Amino acid sequence: MTTAIADLESYLDEFTSFSKREGAPDWLKRLREDAFACFCQTGLPTTHDEDWRFTNISAIAKTDFELPGRPTQLSAADLSAWKFPIGAAIELVFVDGQFVAELSTTSSLPSGVDVSSLREQTTKGALEHLGRYLNIQRDAFAALNTAFVDDGAFVHVSREVVLDRPIRLRFISTQAVSPRMVHPRNLLIFDQESQAAVIEEYVSLGTGTVLSNSVTELVADENANVSHYMIEREHLGAFNISTLRIQQGRSSNVASHSLLLGGGLVRNNVHPVLAGEGGECLINGLFVGNGRQHLDNYMYVEHASPHCSSRQFYNGILDGHAHGVFHGRIVVHKDAQKTDAKQTNRNLLLSDNAQIDTKPQLEIYADDVKCTHGATIGHIEENALFYLRSRGIDEISARRLLLMAFANECLDRMATGPARDYAERLIHEHLLKIADHVTTADGSVQERSWEEVG
Amino acid sequence: MSLLEIKNLHASVDGHEILKGINLTINPGEVHSIMGPNGSGKSTLAQVLARRQAYNVTQGSVTFMGKDLLEMKPEDAACEGVFMAFQYPVEIPGIGNTYFMRSALNAIRKYHGQDEMDAMDFLPMFREKLRLLEMDEKLLNRSVNEGFSGGEKKRNEILQMAVLQPRLAILDETDSGLDIDALRIVANGVNALRSPDRAMLVVTHYQRLLNYIVPDFVHVLVDGRIVRSGGPELALELEEKGYSWTEGQTRQPVQASA
Repeated sequence: MTTAIADLESYLDEFTSFSKREGAPDWLKRLREDAFACFCQTGLPTTHDEDWRFTNISAIAKTDFELPGRPTQLSAADLSAWKFPIGAAIELVFVDGQFVAELSTTSSLPSGVDVSSLREQTTKGALEHLGRYLNIQRDAFAALNTAFVDDGAFVHVSREVVLDRPIRLRFISTQAVSPRMVHPRNLLIFDQESQAAVIEEYVSLGTGTVLSNSVTELVADENANVSHYMIEREHLGAFNISTLRIQQGRSSNVASHSLLLGGGLVRNNVHPVLAGEGGECLINGLFVGNGRQHLDNYMYVEHASPHCSSRQFYNGILDGHAHGVFHGRIVVHKDAQKTDAKQTNRNLLLSDNAQIDTKPQLEIYADDVKCTHGATIGHIEENALFYLRSRGIDEISARRLLLMAFANECLDRMATGPARDYAERLIHEHLLKIADHVTTADGSVQERSWEEVG
Repeated sequence: MSLLEIKNLHASVDGHEILKGINLTINPGEVHSIMGPNGSGKSTLAQVLARRQAYNVTQGSVTFMGKDLLEMKPEDAACEGVFMAFQYPVEIPGIGNTYFMRSALNAIRKYHGQDEMDAMDFLPMFREKLRLLEMDEKLLNRSVNEGFSGGEKKRNEILQMAVLQPRLAILDETDSGLDIDALRIVANGVNALRSPDRAMLVVTHYQRLLNYIVPDFVHVLVDGRIVRSGGPELALELEEKGYSWTEGQTRQPVQASA
């Protein structure tokens, strides 16, 4: 897991100048320094590292990234292309990693709900949960994020507050003249019996080499009911490493929905820990790759208490030379009796050059548990295609319908509401682009069927 | 003008010739039945007419309403008015039955330059057809054929036919695997769709279905050729004598044709 020292040098330069910036309280400076030391010790991962076997990040390691300078000025008109279907969402906008109050909507927050920038919070005093659950020893990118922790979203929903509108966090990267890195850090805290949905969305306004290395710490206390949506739709040259670390209390219910549509090299880490009895976690995802996109989903589900259940469902659609990865690790600790863990990864390959690596990894230390896993890799089924066409639906529309049907499995697991409507619209718009060119050149019929791989 | 005219049709799959010179003319309003033992080519004929591309037509012609059917893609044939009820209807998880049917109907309407039908107009019509097939309204919201029983799947095929109102309906062994109640319901659905400008081609292994859907003509298909044609009484004769009786027919030098 060691990287050439040269690769780390540019980070050292950036960290040195970053540390000299004014304004950070001492406790935060210490947190950063410890994390940077940790990062230097660990180094960037390589494909020799089991957790990174299928994802080569040498393109990131080779690049000298800089922190963004003065933030690019954007107007509301620049963002009009991403209008949310409902106007009343609570929204924080970040441009190149920095919170922009003028573009955000935090007025008329219900009482008991705090939505603000992390920077604002850190100036007020030490944050109890910041970095508390994240393992920076194990994960270099999480360490790097913590070393450069500066801004991001802070959400706190108080006890028994039910939020009927989703909170949307938009991370916008602007045109990058030289390679730029941002390290958004979000802290989402949901007290007992609260209920809310958060959408974390990454988009590009312009191209260029950008690395978005985000960490979101989500704490769901007893009986809290939380939905989190990760939507990646940056441009095809973007690097996006995201880590969602979920800490679940007793009888809490958390749903993590990931939607990877954009980005060039994407690593989506989802790491829930079911720490209280009777917790439930749904880990749902759809990744759609095209061209040379590389979309890696690394799930690490820890059962640490009895009577918890986790459900992982990831669907992949891969076209062109796209490469998808699904790594589903489940760890059932010794005391987590009566664990019920399930994992399913289904993939549709639309071209001969598309590739998927899918790997279940179960580590069970308790003796009374139920754990199942399964993966399928297939193509669009010729029988189904013919059936639709024989009823008058043309070939492109029929393919589109079948892709939608496959994606709908994922949508159906989202609770109905504006967040799901938004996800649905994004998926459908995206699949229209994919289905159009997936016609067989000669109309020949190939025998295509689902095939069990594990 | 005849609705469908098949002349000297030869077709093969994976290099094996299955149809070896079929001649058949169907006029509007007629119901024809094709009977024959397993492997005689009945289903192949149905699939070729529905334009499944796995079947390779090596000789002959098929004219449908004056147009060359063999030039058509499956969707074009469907839009022109050919409908095949599948022997094994396909399950399509994730696509709702209602959405599927409305998409199909609108594709056909668009092909004919008609306005698309919106959900408000479509649903009452769809419900009415559902009652014709004695189907549960719950099936409206389910995915296409997913979790349907064998009988429900076959009824769903006839339901689709009732919605799409084809000119030529091909029933590919629709009776296989049905109990007598389901058979009666399916047959009632089919009979309700009989009309002077619609023709039907009923492919079956068993005579039983023909008690309910009484054909105008019966053809016996053996080893890729029609060896005998006649009226409904031919089906009864087959029932009585069994298909072993037809085996001698293949060796006769002169073949019957319709």
